[in-house]
Amino acid sequence: MTYVFQFGDVWRNIDELMWGALLTVGLSLGALACGLVLATLSAYARMTWPRFARPVVGAYVEAIRNTPLLVQVFLIFFGLPATGLRMSADQAALLALSVNFGAYATEILRSGFESVPAGQVEAGLALGLRRWQVFVKIELFQALRVVFPALSSQFVLLLLGSSIVSAIAARELTAAANDIQSRTFRSFEVYLVVTGFYFVIASIFSGFLGALDRLVFRRQDRLKGAS
Amino acid sequence: MSRIFSGGDIVFILLATRWTVLLSMIAFTGGAALGLMVALGRVSPRLPVRFASATYIRLFQNTPLLMQLFLVYFGVGIAGINIDPLAAASAGLILNAAAFLGEIWRGCIEAIPKGQDEAGQALALSSWQRMRLIILPQALRIAVAPTVGFLVQIVKNTSLASIIGFTELTRSGQITNNATFRPFLIFGIVALLYFIQCWPLSLWSRRLELRLGAGGRGR
Repeated sequence: MTYVFQFGDVWRNIDELMWGALLTVGLSLGALACGLVLATLSAYARMTWPRFARPVVGAYVEAIRNTPLLVQVFLIFFGLPATGLRMSADQAALLALSVNFGAYATEILRSGFESVPAGQVEAGLALGLRRWQVFVKIELFQALRVVFPALSSQFVLLLLGSSIVSAIAARELTAAANDIQSRTFRSFEVYLVVTGFYFVIASIFSGFLGALDRLVFRRQDRLKGAS
Repeated sequence: MSRIFSGGDIVFILLATRWTVLLSMIAFTGGAALGLMVALGRVSPRLPVRFASATYIRLFQNTPLLMQLFLVYFGVGIAGINIDPLAAASAGLILNAAAFLGEIWRGCIEAIPKGQDEAGQALALSSWQRMRLIILPQALRIAVAPTVGFLVQIVKNTSLASIIGFTELTRSGQITNNATFRPFLIFGIVALLYFIQCWPLSLWSRRLELRLGAGGRGR
């Protein structure tokens, strides 16, 4: 048996795929924003909370990092409504991706904060800054500078991982592909094109984030090197 | 009407865990064999080999694992070969793990000081002998910690096999949930079973990392 590739059905539905790609990017950026806020708060809590309360953050990070995203998505989408919290597939997807990214980002940020010398925090406190001011004005930027490349690659993983939320039929690129596939039965062609979409999106973002890193954080390195 | 969640359901989920373990083992052994070739190709003196290997890594690291599984599953299907979900999931996970392990191990190989290789050349060892006798044994020592760390990733990745219809841990949870509708309890148990497999590996990897760091500085 010979198989004839037919991409016609895919091109006819290219609008749906484009829209799906846009939703994937939106969903990932949303999860990035929420996850970063969550991670910053966790990192802050880990450094400033009383010692007995700090393992809460550690438990969150370990629980997320040692279970599959797919199970987390199911737990949130099917589990939370059973406790009375209703949400749509899209909201559940955003929540799951944010909580997931937040845990990885917490761990990444931790290594960044550890790289800021303790003396700087003490100096800030000695100058009469409040603890949160020291955190925002002294520690945060320097920590971000150290961990930006790691955060960038974690974001690309988030982008690719977001395809998993199609399992609960949240609207994004993979779900769009599933939809087209179920109508046209051109599974291989659809998924091949969509894989190409993901490749392009991921490449654009890693390129962009790499450029941003050089522009914002590495310029000082070059200036230091030149002087 | 849904039935009551009972002991039998827990046994069903527990038994499904063995498929997750088996799939992880297949993905790791296959991925390690292929990944070693990818890593060696990545540091090969021949440009086409280096390029092919780099392209392989790039393709697999910049596309979702789910798409890779779909493409294997449907791709083999249209080639006229009937493939069961276990074989498709194994193949997809192996190809994916090979790309990531290849990239991890390339880093380990390149971390070995150049002088080691040059000393081998001075002793008139062939390039294969230098790789096998001098570089790889030393690279292995550095590679253990990140490789164990990646094992966690592999175990978690096997959950995607449920989407192409292979009944492993996650799928057993879905099936049970469809029948009994106790999502919080069921997926809680499923998550816990993954955690039991992954957490020791995470801790082990971190310990290895610390020991290597201390050992490297001490000597």
